Amino acid sequence: MELISQHTKKIMEGCKERARDAGLRFDNETLEYIVTNRDMIELSPKVMIPTLYDYWVQDVEVLKEKGRYELYPGNPYETVINTRPAISFYNDNNPDWLNVMIFYHVLAHIDFFQNNTFFRHTWDFDLTGRALADKRLIAKLRSEKGRWVDYVIEFSRGVDNLVGYFDELSRLHRSSQADCSRRLDYYLDVFLQQVKKVKINQYVKEIERFNDCRRKYGERGESTFFADTAVKYPEFEALFEKSSRVAKGRNRDLLQFLMDHSEFLNKEENKWMKMVMEVVRKTSIYFQPQIRTKIMNEGWASYWHEKLYMQDERIRGHEIEFARAHAGVTAMPRVGMNPYALGMRLFYFIEEMADKGKLSYDFERLLDIKQREKYDRNVGAGLKTIFDLRENFCDFMFVNTFVDQDFVDKNKLFVADRRMNQERMTWEIYVKSRKAEDYRQMVLDSLYHPPWIELDQESSAGKTLKLIHRFEGKPLVSEYIANTMLGIEFLWGGPVQLETSEVDAETPAEVGSGAPAFWTPPQPGAPGPAGALKWRRVLYEMKDRQLSRVVVAPFTT
Amino acid sequence: MNPRLKAFFNSIKVQGLSVERERRLLQELNSDGDHGLVPPTVRPAGRLDDTLARLYGASDLWAIQKMEAGQGSYTTNIRSLDELLERDKQREQDGFPRKIRVGRMIRPGRGGDDKVVVVPTTVEEKFLHDPSFQPPEKGDSTGGTGDGEEGEVIGEQPVRPEPGAGTGGAGQGEGGAHEVESSAYDLGRILSEKFELPNLKEKGKKRSLSRYTYDLTDKNRGFGQVLDKKATLRSVLETNIGLGNVPDFNDIDTTRLLITPRDKVYRVLSKEKDYESQAMIFFLRDYSGSMSGKPTDIVVTQHVLIYSWLLFQYEKQVESRFILHDTEAREVPDFYTYYNSKVAGGTRVAAAYKMVNEIVDKENLAKDYNIYVFHGTDGDDWDSSGQEALPELEKMLKYASRIGITIAEHVAAMNNAGNTEVQRYLTQSGLLEKHPSLIRLDVMGEDADEPRMIEGIKTLIS
Repeated sequence: MELISQHTKKIMEGCKERARDAGLRFDNETLEYIVTNRDMIELSPKVMIPTLYDYWVQDVEVLKEKGRYELYPGNPYETVINTRPAISFYNDNNPDWLNVMIFYHVLAHIDFFQNNTFFRHTWDFDLTGRALADKRLIAKLRSEKGRWVDYVIEFSRGVDNLVGYFDELSRLHRSSQADCSRRLDYYLDVFLQQVKKVKINQYVKEIERFNDCRRKYGERGESTFFADTAVKYPEFEALFEKSSRVAKGRNRDLLQFLMDHSEFLNKEENKWMKMVMEVVRKTSIYFQPQIRTKIMNEGWASYWHEKLYMQDERIRGHEIEFARAHAGVTAMPRVGMNPYALGMRLFYFIEEMADKGKLSYDFERLLDIKQREKYDRNVGAGLKTIFDLRENFCDFMFVNTFVDQDFVDKNKLFVADRRMNQERMTWEIYVKSRKAEDYRQMVLDSLYHPPWIELDQESSAGKTLKLIHRFEGKPLVSEYIANTMLGIEFLWGGPVQLETSEVDAETPAEVGSGAPAFWTPPQPGAPGPAGALKWRRVLYEMKDRQLSRVVVAPFTT
Repeated sequence: MNPRLKAFFNSIKVQGLSVERERRLLQELNSDGDHGLVPPTVRPAGRLDDTLARLYGASDLWAIQKMEAGQGSYTTNIRSLDELLERDKQREQDGFPRKIRVGRMIRPGRGGDDKVVVVPTTVEEKFLHDPSFQPPEKGDSTGGTGDGEEGEVIGEQPVRPEPGAGTGGAGQGEGGAHEVESSAYDLGRILSEKFELPNLKEKGKKRSLSRYTYDLTDKNRGFGQVLDKKATLRSVLETNIGLGNVPDFNDIDTTRLLITPRDKVYRVLSKEKDYESQAMIFFLRDYSGSMSGKPTDIVVTQHVLIYSWLLFQYEKQVESRFILHDTEAREVPDFYTYYNSKVAGGTRVAAAYKMVNEIVDKENLAKDYNIYVFHGTDGDDWDSSGQEALPELEKMLKYASRIGITIAEHVAAMNNAGNTEVQRYLTQSGLLEKHPSLIRLDVMGEDADEPRMIEGIKTLIS
């Protein structure tokens, strides 16, 4: 790997200036490298981080079909990586005009990395530096402990999709002003809403009562408030006690939990394993936002490389070449999905809506299609709106909020599906739906979503660690269960149980499924549509490296 | 539902079926799959299963700069197979299951070239939502843009394009560049120590099946690897007689003999061609609906192993034919199609056997070739008593040097193991005992691992 030439670097600096003028914000320092195919061989297994720790699996062809992107959230072919300074990679023989386009694209990515709050936890240090330190640590441990280092890496990577990414974020984002006590948090957020299930007006009244107490008694407001509460709900204190016991480890971060609570790992001779696990965990958390902002990030970069290049005088003489290259990246495919195209169109669409003042209650209320079309309050809030989105949204929010019928119609989008033509023995691809809700659903369904596996603290009190997979309409890949649990057992140092849902094999796929999507809360026991798949809860147990499985309960009756 | 299949099903039903069997047959009948073989004309549209058409398939380096990870040759990329296998063995000793799988073909060449890429592979297991699981009513939908009413068909797509049609995908390293000699080498080397084709007979003159051995057969004067004492002594005597140095033949005083350097005869290592008979291998694979998932995996993997071993060991001197069957049999031109065709439809083993017999008969192969037949199935057959399959099999036994049948049983059926139709009628027919050197049966569970498969090959061809 070598740096780009001075000539090319100058082009980059010119792009930076123009991008800043347009409102993008990013660190001044960046590093650009030329990569050859040889470099790529080494870089792609290491998700383009040259200093990532070594692991033998990186040398072997890995079968990915089964889990596809779910297994590897980090994209091995990214042009720019989120480091300080940001590093980007270039082909040796890009012509200058193409480099201008790529530079704008890269700068918009850097802007996104450094401003989107889902990347908050990556802002305060440089990954390449830390990765190098980790790599040395692991190399050193390997020289002492030999192959056992690789086992620990393997087993940790087996659960590295169950890290508390959102816990990490929420720690960083907790605002200092809303400095409520844990007791109050529990009372308002959990006790009233989930235990008592009070009505909204009652809830508001409780808040007012609290504010009253604060006003009247100042410092002692809260204790007065809870003294009154104890009269009203005598059971509250006990429940709060209990919850705080559980809450101490209340996280979905399996790796962290193992490091904290595994007796095995906390033995003096095994403590080094925790260092390795921490490396794996940190690395995984680092990459989590990348895949959760794919549409936005690519859309944002495409939006800006188009906009900035069109205003750039350096485009002269290369308009057609640019148009070709740009269309190659951002054309909406006839069938299929393209994050560049979808994201970019959404940004343009939202910008226009906001410019015309369409993101407002007044507009929402309009039903007349002609009036909706002509609606234009000339608000001019477009740019500000999309900058706000790039700061605060992730893919799920982006798609869920803004893909509406107007957007779908405007871009002639549809949900495509295929069916068999028995006569011709082909798949026929057909337009399944042009409804916005279907399209939105289809996009949301294809977003990255690791399974939701929680620790059952109460049942895990003894030697056995119990994991509960919250059912979200899909079973786990069953052939991976054994080895994953074997790894957890090793790290935990005792038996491990996993409760999950499986299709009742005795009545195989007949038709239908009442499976809810992951954001609609699952309703166990609720009868699915007629002829639904039969689900049941099963309990796997890994004990002494032997896996057993029992059916716990049928899910639907 | 395929009308022809349905008629066939009804004809079986008339003969009487148990409830359980009928349910299973119906399930296969109703399964909405197809083999992905290409009908003559199709209008291609975007491909639904193309990774590029998916959200996370696209990435900057590829999309904008058209760069992909060039793959080094596997032999250099993977440090050494021995090292990896050693590591794997160590895993077992440490009490963890093996992780390296040898011999999975990841990307064979298209266009019918004999290119097979065999590399060690592995999987990193995690808790994941099963991506292959689709609630039936949801289907496999994706996005689209452009004109067309709801319900309108906008394109057609063979599930597997015709060889050479090319999809022009990104990433994933092209297998095309890897010649069989280099990539199958490691696997072949491992396997070749274990097997050789059984019952080879001298047949025909068309093409010789040769293998090479290295032996100390050539002689050289003056220098070499191993001194040939007898020849040397003889040569020394000859020289000395010529010199008149041996007055009395009955009493030779060896201490007086003169030895010139040229008298020393050495043996040197040389490549020897072992001429053997030519062979034709038929690969038969059940690609009916019930084969979906693991059983197919096992069968194709085992056939990959056999195939790459043949390529290595016999240097392409072995001819191979590939036949797929559901209720009907179909010959496909290359291993690629054979390997990649998807499962669908019902099962009738006899169709495949019949086709082999027909080919052998029509092309008069029995006269010139040693014929081997390898058949992989899950043991399900709609012709449950084998009344069609067995006569074909008997006919086959008259000319075949070896028939190897692999049954990859479904785990669900394992409770009453050994109870698949094919196994049952084969056992009952007594053919296995009557011709133990000609026909072999190997039954394994669908969860069998690599060593088990290799074990299976041994059973079939030893």
